[in-house]
Amino acid sequence: MTWRSPLALMRDALRGQRAREKDLRNLVSNLPYEGLEKAKQPNRYFPSNAIKTTKYTLLLFIPMNLFEQFHRLANIYFVGLAILNFIPVVNAFQPEVALIPICVILSLTALKDAWEDFRRYQSDRKLNNTPCLIYSRKEKQFVERRWKDVRVGDFVKVVCNEIVPADLLLLDTSDLKGVCLIETANLDGETNLKQRTVVSGLSNPEFEPESFNSVVVCERPNNNLNHFKCYVEKPDKERAGAGIESLLLRGCTVRNTDHAVGFVVYAGHETKSMLNNNESRYKRSKLERKLNIDVIFCVILLFAMCLVGALGHFLWLQALPGVPPYLVADSSGHLDGPSLSGFYMFFTMIILLQILIPISLYVSIELVKIGQIFFITNDIDLFDEETDSRMQCKSLNITEDLGQIEYIFSDKTGTLTENKMVFRRCSVMGTEYPHKENAIRLAVLDEPESEEEVIFNQRPQSLQTGWSLDAEDTAPRDTTQRRGSRRRSKVAGIAQSDVAFSSPLETEVIPDKKLLQQISRAESSSGSRKTDPYLDFFLALAICNTVVVSMATAQRRRVSVSPRSYHTTNLLERLSSLVKNVGSSCLSSCKRKPKRNRTFSENSVVEEDHFRPSVKMETTKDTYGLQTCSLHAASQSNKPAATSGDLRYEAESPDEAALVYAAKAYGFILLARTPDSVTVRLPSGEDLVFEVLDTLTFDSNRKRMSVLVRHPITKEYVLFTKGADYAIMELLGTPYAEHFSGSKKNIAADTQHHLDCYAKEGLRTLCVTKKVVSAKVYESWLVDRQRALAAIDNREELIMDTAVQMETNLTLLGATGIEDRLQENVPDTIMALREAGIQVWVLTGDKPETAVNIGYACRLLEEEDLVINMSCNNKLTCTSILDCTLEEVRRYSADPRNVDTTPDISLVIDGRTLAMALSPDLQERFVDLAKRCRSVLCCRVTPLQKSRVVKVVRERLKVMTLAIGDGANDVNMIQAADIGIGISGQEGMQAVMASDFAISRFRHLKKLLLVHGHWCYTRLANMIIYFFYKNVAYVNLLFWYQFFCGFSGTAMIDYWLMIFFNLFFTSAPPIMFGIMDKDVSAEVLLGVPELYRTGQGAGEYKCSTFWVSILDAFYQSLVCFFIPYLAYQDSDIDLFTFGTPLNTISLFTILLHLSIEIKAWTVVHWVIMLGSVALYFIVTLAYSAICVTCNPPSNPYWILQSQMADPMFYLICLISTVVALLPRYTFHVMRNSIAPSPLVQARHLDQLDPSEREQWIKEWRSFRGGGQVKRSRLSTPPSPSLETHADIFPESPTASDIIGDDFTLNVISENYQGPVHT
Amino acid sequence: MMASSYNAKEEDGHHSGATSHGGAGAVKSKKPDNTAFKQQRLPAWQPILTAGTVLPAFFVIGLIFIPIGIGLYVTSNNIKEFEVDYTGVDVDSPCYTCAMNFSWNNTLPCTCSVDFTLEQPFESNVFMYYGLSNFYQNHRRYVKSRDDSQLNGDRSALTNPSKECEPYRTSEGVPIAPCGAIANSLFNDTLDLFHIDSNGSRNAINLVKKGIAWWTDKHVKFRNPGGNSNITLAFQGTAKPVNWRKPVFELDPSDPENNGFINEDFIVWMRTAALPTFRKLYRIIQKKSSTTPTLPSGKYTLEITYNYPVLSFDGRKRMILSTISWMGGKNPFLGIAYITVGSICFFLGVVLLIIHHKYDTRNNSADIPN
Repeated sequence: MTWRSPLALMRDALRGQRAREKDLRNLVSNLPYEGLEKAKQPNRYFPSNAIKTTKYTLLLFIPMNLFEQFHRLANIYFVGLAILNFIPVVNAFQPEVALIPICVILSLTALKDAWEDFRRYQSDRKLNNTPCLIYSRKEKQFVERRWKDVRVGDFVKVVCNEIVPADLLLLDTSDLKGVCLIETANLDGETNLKQRTVVSGLSNPEFEPESFNSVVVCERPNNNLNHFKCYVEKPDKERAGAGIESLLLRGCTVRNTDHAVGFVVYAGHETKSMLNNNESRYKRSKLERKLNIDVIFCVILLFAMCLVGALGHFLWLQALPGVPPYLVADSSGHLDGPSLSGFYMFFTMIILLQILIPISLYVSIELVKIGQIFFITNDIDLFDEETDSRMQCKSLNITEDLGQIEYIFSDKTGTLTENKMVFRRCSVMGTEYPHKENAIRLAVLDEPESEEEVIFNQRPQSLQTGWSLDAEDTAPRDTTQRRGSRRRSKVAGIAQSDVAFSSPLETEVIPDKKLLQQISRAESSSGSRKTDPYLDFFLALAICNTVVVSMATAQRRRVSVSPRSYHTTNLLERLSSLVKNVGSSCLSSCKRKPKRNRTFSENSVVEEDHFRPSVKMETTKDTYGLQTCSLHAASQSNKPAATSGDLRYEAESPDEAALVYAAKAYGFILLARTPDSVTVRLPSGEDLVFEVLDTLTFDSNRKRMSVLVRHPITKEYVLFTKGADYAIMELLGTPYAEHFSGSKKNIAADTQHHLDCYAKEGLRTLCVTKKVVSAKVYESWLVDRQRALAAIDNREELIMDTAVQMETNLTLLGATGIEDRLQENVPDTIMALREAGIQVWVLTGDKPETAVNIGYACRLLEEEDLVINMSCNNKLTCTSILDCTLEEVRRYSADPRNVDTTPDISLVIDGRTLAMALSPDLQERFVDLAKRCRSVLCCRVTPLQKSRVVKVVRERLKVMTLAIGDGANDVNMIQAADIGIGISGQEGMQAVMASDFAISRFRHLKKLLLVHGHWCYTRLANMIIYFFYKNVAYVNLLFWYQFFCGFSGTAMIDYWLMIFFNLFFTSAPPIMFGIMDKDVSAEVLLGVPELYRTGQGAGEYKCSTFWVSILDAFYQSLVCFFIPYLAYQDSDIDLFTFGTPLNTISLFTILLHLSIEIKAWTVVHWVIMLGSVALYFIVTLAYSAICVTCNPPSNPYWILQSQMADPMFYLICLISTVVALLPRYTFHVMRNSIAPSPLVQARHLDQLDPSEREQWIKEWRSFRGGGQVKRSRLSTPPSPSLETHADIFPESPTASDIIGDDFTLNVISENYQGPVHT
Repeated sequence: MMASSYNAKEEDGHHSGATSHGGAGAVKSKKPDNTAFKQQRLPAWQPILTAGTVLPAFFVIGLIFIPIGIGLYVTSNNIKEFEVDYTGVDVDSPCYTCAMNFSWNNTLPCTCSVDFTLEQPFESNVFMYYGLSNFYQNHRRYVKSRDDSQLNGDRSALTNPSKECEPYRTSEGVPIAPCGAIANSLFNDTLDLFHIDSNGSRNAINLVKKGIAWWTDKHVKFRNPGGNSNITLAFQGTAKPVNWRKPVFELDPSDPENNGFINEDFIVWMRTAALPTFRKLYRIIQKKSSTTPTLPSGKYTLEITYNYPVLSFDGRKRMILSTISWMGGKNPFLGIAYITVGSICFFLGVVLLIIHHKYDTRNNSADIPN
């Protein structure tokens, strides 16, 4: 190393700083500089790829950790006390011993931190030493190096299935088209493959790292995983733009691509993934907030007591007539005056009574929460076998909030439903195709019991038909193990693939015969032009998406099904006979609801398939089940299986995949997708390659996406758009159909009817449109588009503007209905949550009809509910609706006929109205209304609105809220709520990442809240109250003694024993109590959800509870002090001999107090309780036997021994303990006998044997259920005005808009029956 | 918000979602163990405190406590105790002059005698205490003002006492032995007891001064420096506490074995009292024979060498004669407490019995209110 002047070094450092801070970075290749010293390296200012996530270094651990720990107020308090103790005039103990507690706590925390840091260090080291390939100029090839050697400006080669070591700008891939597929599961959990392309415009066909002489200009590192701005400036000053589509992010895995070469733009801590690596969030639970208030009360109490001490000392000194021999002067023989002594005494008292502030409480709470989380994550009922995932706790400190939830805000898609989209029906050109056969197939699968059978039955066959499962997983098993083996095979499959559509059930679609005929007719008639609307519809389905096609045979292991459609024709026959049987026995939901019937104009709709789940399918089930896995499109049976069958579609959203699979079923097979082409096979077997000109990606503002392609035959520029119906309908231009079919159908209106119908069935709807763009329009648009793409500022906005420009004058082709099935046990869970006193709100982006339908299906809305439907266009009407609804609701609940019942009012509100209702002036009224509703359904809400709703409810009503969701659109809501729960489902991991807890199924919420929430809350609340009690009770002994020692701050208990008392003798039992106590068993908590209500609101940790326990502590300490005092009064007892029985009595009292609170004694409880007592005696005896002169002011020598030889000791201990605990004990007994709380009754229930208990719960349920039915019959809505509105409901919003009624207030009070039961 | 979890941070065992897609056989299920402990299904005893279940406990407590209380009460009542206050606050009390003319450095001892009459004879061993009131031996600074190492015979501590002893650590540069305020304020009245015969002659009662301290104190905690051989030499180079009239090695002129730190009066004093009104064992009057009482009823004279001042803190000095039992001195409190608590428990038991009959039967078929 050459010596460089400090000035140069500093200049260099400054320059480096500037280079890093600049908005744009200029990066060049490192290769020309290879081997040069560091100062000559152009990219030396940027950090290397070595990462360090450790917080500490070996040398600086102690100071840094201490600094970290002193951020806690509690620790500072402790240190302050210790320092205070070093001041001679105020010290209460020897200064050194006062350091012990703080040292113990600090070192425990430091040990924990060190261990965590060491683990981080290990993982860092492992990661930094992962091998990777870096190009070396010397060796003219890629050589193996470590991750930590990667620098900005290097060329790195990543081979298939390898993890990308740094953020790479993709320059070359093994793929001819320059495509590289990556999987970002490590970053965001999304398991679908994403496509990255090499930077376009670097037109070298053969990429050579050494010849790379361009400058890469990129933005400053940021943490946005979905945006990247950069351009490559070639020596000739020509610029090639690149975005996120050319960036391989650190941590991604390269899939299905042999190798890729990239230029390192960001390394190490500047990579996007590292910038996203944020610390776990710290949320403070409600209980903790309350606890802090109580700690402040304790501080006040402490000060009051110290003041008493100081004042007492002052008065005592003043009352002395002379200088008694027991007043010790300081070394110069000077005695402080009474007032000064009193002043000093105040501080001495603080030191003496410091334990009153329960510092150890914070440590204990942390330990308890770790224990609670251990048990929650280990709960086998919260384990999902399908995804092999446990419940995850991300926030470690809000477990007890789970037991206090009053409002749940739930997303619909993916949360209540599976988010496994199944194509159900479609409407093309205004004609509805119901897909009956497909519906039957799904109906069979819907039956929960049969599902198992069916799937199981298919398994052995599927083995033959090509499930690529490991043999060990599919080995035949005993029939008794059916369920398990099925699960296991599923688990194995999914663990390897993590993909939404591992099971054929969701992917297969049985085509509608009528539609098939229509297609073949269209195909034959349209000849070679291929522009029939039917063909276009399916082409649009196949093309207009971002689905990536991958091969099942690729390296990436996936479960695949070979489509060997054996008995296809045979099967179809069977199916159609099945349809006949079923059709006669099933009822149309429309028929059952005459009111809604009016909107249905077409018979085809009315007749459709509202299957009741109770349809008997047993007879056909077995044979049917056998076919399920091999079911495949009839039209496809003649296709070569090898090509189409091995296709796997990897979609970002399940809807897209469902549509592609649907298109596939009709023979429109998406074969390949590259950035600029899509290959589709037509039913005729012809492969069409569409040139993709542009993709207008989906965004939540437009609610649609488009693909602009060039038709290979007609050479027309065609724009296929699909999107939400309301987003599409207003963009429609001239109807397509009129010129071709002659029938004067209004396709848009018909389709809208179908859409409404679909929505009422709870299907998700999408409209599909087409637009032919003239070459002129396209070219002018292209200019704008490119300008937008090249822009660095406002890029997103400009791109969106161009998209909106293009998406006009669309021609409607048709619409699709996709079913998203409810998850298992959702209605049951929602019922239970509502019985638990939790209000459930569903916030969804869906249409109101869909949402209402799902609402009924999942029993969010009940048939006898009063449903208020709010939807209005302007604020004035919104205000008036709100007012009059509120008035009605108030009157309803104030009506004497309804006094004994809570009205079951539900509110359905749409996004636009919600936005108005949430405006500051209406907020209050809205919240007031919502408060009175049992459930609220918000439809068509944006992610931002979701979080607003949560925030408004949380802040206005001051309630505990929980938000649960699975997708990126729920992230806001999850973060706004007190508790955010993410469902690790199909839509990636964003929600999970933002959440506090992650579960895999909605039904887990039931046990999580009702059982774990309740337990965690009661445990922690009781533990905290007990802790306060314990400290006050113990410290007060010292306080009472001050009255007998001239308020001089004497402790009659040896200080070591005092420390041990808190540290060892009485610390384990409350922690165990906080972790393991079980007031009511899980079965009863689940069986009687009402028990959850005990935790809501203030719950068990009320202000009164706190003060009662403090008073009890005062009482008990009085007893513990004064009984021995009176017994030893005027005797020759000495100071520490007097303290020993006091210490022992308080040990017994404190432990027995806890055993009154402990509800269930397990082995652990016994061991810890008895162990604590044993430890006390062993330690104290040993200490008094060994310590002759070790602890100067006190002489513990042989004191306990001599006391234990004295019968009086036992007699005093016995009576004091009994008297101290008698009131609490008696109070508990009296309350439990005279007015038992629900929890106590539940505990009685717990003691019954299981079968009896089951019986009881059942009876009780039916009794209560009966009560409800009776109630709803009695209480018809009292207001006639509400009933008049009731008729308006079935009309669609559009209809009411046409009428001129700009709002609808609908109340359905009775006999509204949810049509979908799943 | 998308925290990447790929850098193998498996914190606390819960790894966020993304599992590795590594080898097929390497997939290990994360399924939690189905053990009773982890599933919180450990067999448990779940007592419910209701009238029915705890009834017996109350009666049992009552039945046990009342006899204990009666026993204690009777025992306490059988203890004979006699107390005489010789402070001399009143003008007509015999020790008035001594009390008034006090100073620590009086060279001439002031003596006074108090007459009293025992109404009842004292059987068995009688313990003679001196009692002090309003003497805060438990004052924090006072309690600390001693050096246990010095008292334990540590030579270095003898010549260099602990700082805690200040301001009674050194006297004009010479270390004090025993140092500290406790030792300095040693109770130094001398009490002698005389029985006045019916014929008026004074018989000195033999007061035993050995065995009044704890055995462990005398033999373990307190030791003279350099053993008990020639303690005068051992204490050379030390000064006596400022309030003392004689050095520590001359505390008991009659018994050389009772001198130095192991002087029992000294040891008793050094065991600081817990409460401001206390008594300390002074002498033991041993039982002579089984036939004659130790102290027959009659007239007695207590002769006091009045050295110890108590008026500076409104204190009182007493001489107490007491027989003792297994429960120590006379104290009726515990007996009464036991009887009271026993009765309360019994009463509560009855109340609970009524409650049980009224409510507990209902509980068995109770339902949980909404």
